[in-house]
Amino acid sequence: MNLQFIADGLIMGALIGLGAIGVTLTYSILRFANFAHGEFLAWGTYFTLALASGFGAMFGGSGTIGALSFGWPVIVAGMLAALLTGLLALVLDRLLFAKLRNRGNAIVMVMASFGASMALRSLLEFLFTAQPAYFSRDIQMAFPIAFGIRLTPDQLFLLAMTAILVLVMERFMALSPIGRAMRAVSENPVLARVSGVDVERVIRATWMIGGALACAAGVMLGITVQIRPFMGFDLLLPLFAAAILGGIGSVPGAVLGGLIVGVAEASAVQVVGADYRAAIAFLILIAVLLVRPAGIFGVRE
Amino acid sequence: MLDLLAYAAFFLVTALSYGIICLGLNVQWGQTGLFNVGVAGFVAIGAYTSALLTTPDVAGRFGGFGLPIWVGWIAAMLVSGLAAAFIGAITLRLRADYLAITTFGIAIAIQLVALNAETLTGGPFGIGFIPRAFGGLEDRPVIFNLANLALVGIVTALLYYGLERLVRSPWGRVLRAIREDETAAASLGKNANLFRIQAFALGSAIMGLAGAVQAHFIGFIAPENYVSTMTFQVWAMLIIGGSGNNRGALLGAVLVWGLWSITGALLAAFVPGEYQARAAALQIVLIGAALAALLVLRPRGILGEEKMISRFLKD
Repeated sequence: MNLQFIADGLIMGALIGLGAIGVTLTYSILRFANFAHGEFLAWGTYFTLALASGFGAMFGGSGTIGALSFGWPVIVAGMLAALLTGLLALVLDRLLFAKLRNRGNAIVMVMASFGASMALRSLLEFLFTAQPAYFSRDIQMAFPIAFGIRLTPDQLFLLAMTAILVLVMERFMALSPIGRAMRAVSENPVLARVSGVDVERVIRATWMIGGALACAAGVMLGITVQIRPFMGFDLLLPLFAAAILGGIGSVPGAVLGGLIVGVAEASAVQVVGADYRAAIAFLILIAVLLVRPAGIFGVRE
Repeated sequence: MLDLLAYAAFFLVTALSYGIICLGLNVQWGQTGLFNVGVAGFVAIGAYTSALLTTPDVAGRFGGFGLPIWVGWIAAMLVSGLAAAFIGAITLRLRADYLAITTFGIAIAIQLVALNAETLTGGPFGIGFIPRAFGGLEDRPVIFNLANLALVGIVTALLYYGLERLVRSPWGRVLRAIREDETAAASLGKNANLFRIQAFALGSAIMGLAGAVQAHFIGFIAPENYVSTMTFQVWAMLIIGGSGNNRGALLGAVLVWGLWSITGALLAAFVPGEYQARAAALQIVLIGAALAALLVLRPRGILGEEKMISRFLKD
C-alpha cells in the first residue's frame, strides 16, 4: 500500500492547524466564530505575492535557496505580509467588530464577519482576478523519505516551519505575560478585567497573532498548491472543524484537529475520490458535535 | 411596451421568490434569532427535490416521476424542513455559533452533491425540462409571466398572512421570549430547544418552497445558482428591509433584487467584456460593505422590527 497520501494529508493538516489557531483564539477570546478568517489566509498570501514580486523586480532574480522553489524574497515578503495581515485584522476589528462588541449580541458579530468575508474576498477577485497565481512555476523533484513516502524540499521546509511556529505559540501562550492574559480573558473576561488585565491589549494581540498565523498558513497553501481569491473561503470549513475538534480555545488542540482533518481528507480521497473531499470536514464536524461537542482538549461548559 | 410589461412581471416573480426565502429567514433570524449561513443549501434542496419528482423520466438519472407541480412544492417543503430539523436537533442544543458553522457546512455539502452526484442531480449541467407553471402559455411571454406573477403573488400573500397570524400566536410569542431571555422562557416551562428546532425547520421549509417556485418558473436548475452569494443576497435583503418584520422582508427582497438587477444591467452595458468578471466582484464588495455598515449604523433596517402583542390585547 502506498502511504504517500498520509504525507500529503499531514502537509495539508499542518496548514489547516496553523489557520485554526487563529479561529480558536478569536472564538475563545472575542467569543464569536469569525467567518472572515479564511480571508486573512487569502489576503496574507496575496500580500506576500505582491511584495515578493516587488522585491524580485527591485533586486532581480528569484533568489531561490538551495533545493527550495522559493528564496529570500518570498520569506522576507511573508514576514512583512504576516504583519500586514495582522494589521488588516486590526483595522477590520476597529471598523466593524469593535462597534458591535458592546451590543452584547455575539451572533450579530458572526453575521458581520460573514458580510466582511464576502466583501474582502470579492475585493481580492477585483484586484487580482479569479485566475490562479503561483509563487513559482518550477516543478520540484520529490525525494524518498521512508516507507515509500516522497516529499519535496518545500514540503519538508514547511513542515519544519509549522512545527517551530506551533512550539513557539504553545510556549508563548503558556509563559509570556500577554499569553497568560489571553488565557485569562478566554476563561473569564469580567474577572480578567477586574484583576487588571488590559482587555483591549489582549484583543489586539489576538488579532495580530491570528492574522499572522493565517498568513503563514495561506503562504504554505500558495507554495504547495496555488493562489486564488477563494483559497481561504474554501478552507474555512476545515478550519472550523479543526478548531471545534481540538476544543475551542486550545492551541495544541487546533493543531491536532488540523492534522486529523488533513489526514482524514487525504484518506477519504483514496476511498471515495477527490470529488467529495470538501464534505469530509463537514462529516467530522457533525460527528464531533454529536459525540463530544467540547472537542478533544475542551472543557464542558 | 409589452416587452417592458413582460420584463416587469419577470422581475417581480424573481423578486417575490426571493421575498419568500426572506420570509423563511425572518422566521429563523427575525423571530427566533437563529443565524443560518446555509440559506442557499435549503433553497437547493427544495429546487432539486421538486425537479426530481416532476420532470419526465430521463435515462441515466434518478427521479423523473412526472408528478404534478403542486406535489413537487409540498415535497420540497417537507424535505427541506426535515433536513433542517435534523441539523437543528444536532446543533441547537450547543453554542449559538455552531448552528452558523454547521449550516455553512451543509450548504457546501449540498453544493458538492449537486455538482458530483450526476445520476441524482445531473452534475454541473443541472436539470432541465422542469415543468413550468402555465407551461402552455410559454410562447406568449407577457401572459406567461403575468400568470406566473399572479401565482407567486398568491403564494407570497398566503405565506405572509399565515406568518403574520403565526407570529402573533402564542407560539410566535414563545419564540421571541426565547430570543430575548432564554432563562425566563425556560422558567415558564417552555422547552427552548424544541421551539428553536420547530422555527428552524419551518423557516427552511419555506426556503425549500421558494427553491421549488423558482425552479418551476425558470424550468432549469444548476449547482451554480445555489452558491454562498445567494445566501449573502438574502441576508442583505432581510437586514436592509428590517428583520423581525414580514413586510420588511418582502420590501428588502424587491429593493435589493432591483438594485442587483440595475447594477448588473449597467455593468453589462458599460463595462467592456474583459473587465466584466472584475466589475461583478465589485458589485459583491459594495453589497458586503453595505451590509456591514448597516449592521453598525442602522441595525433595524428600513422598517425595523414590528412590535407584536396578542390580538386580544389591542387597545
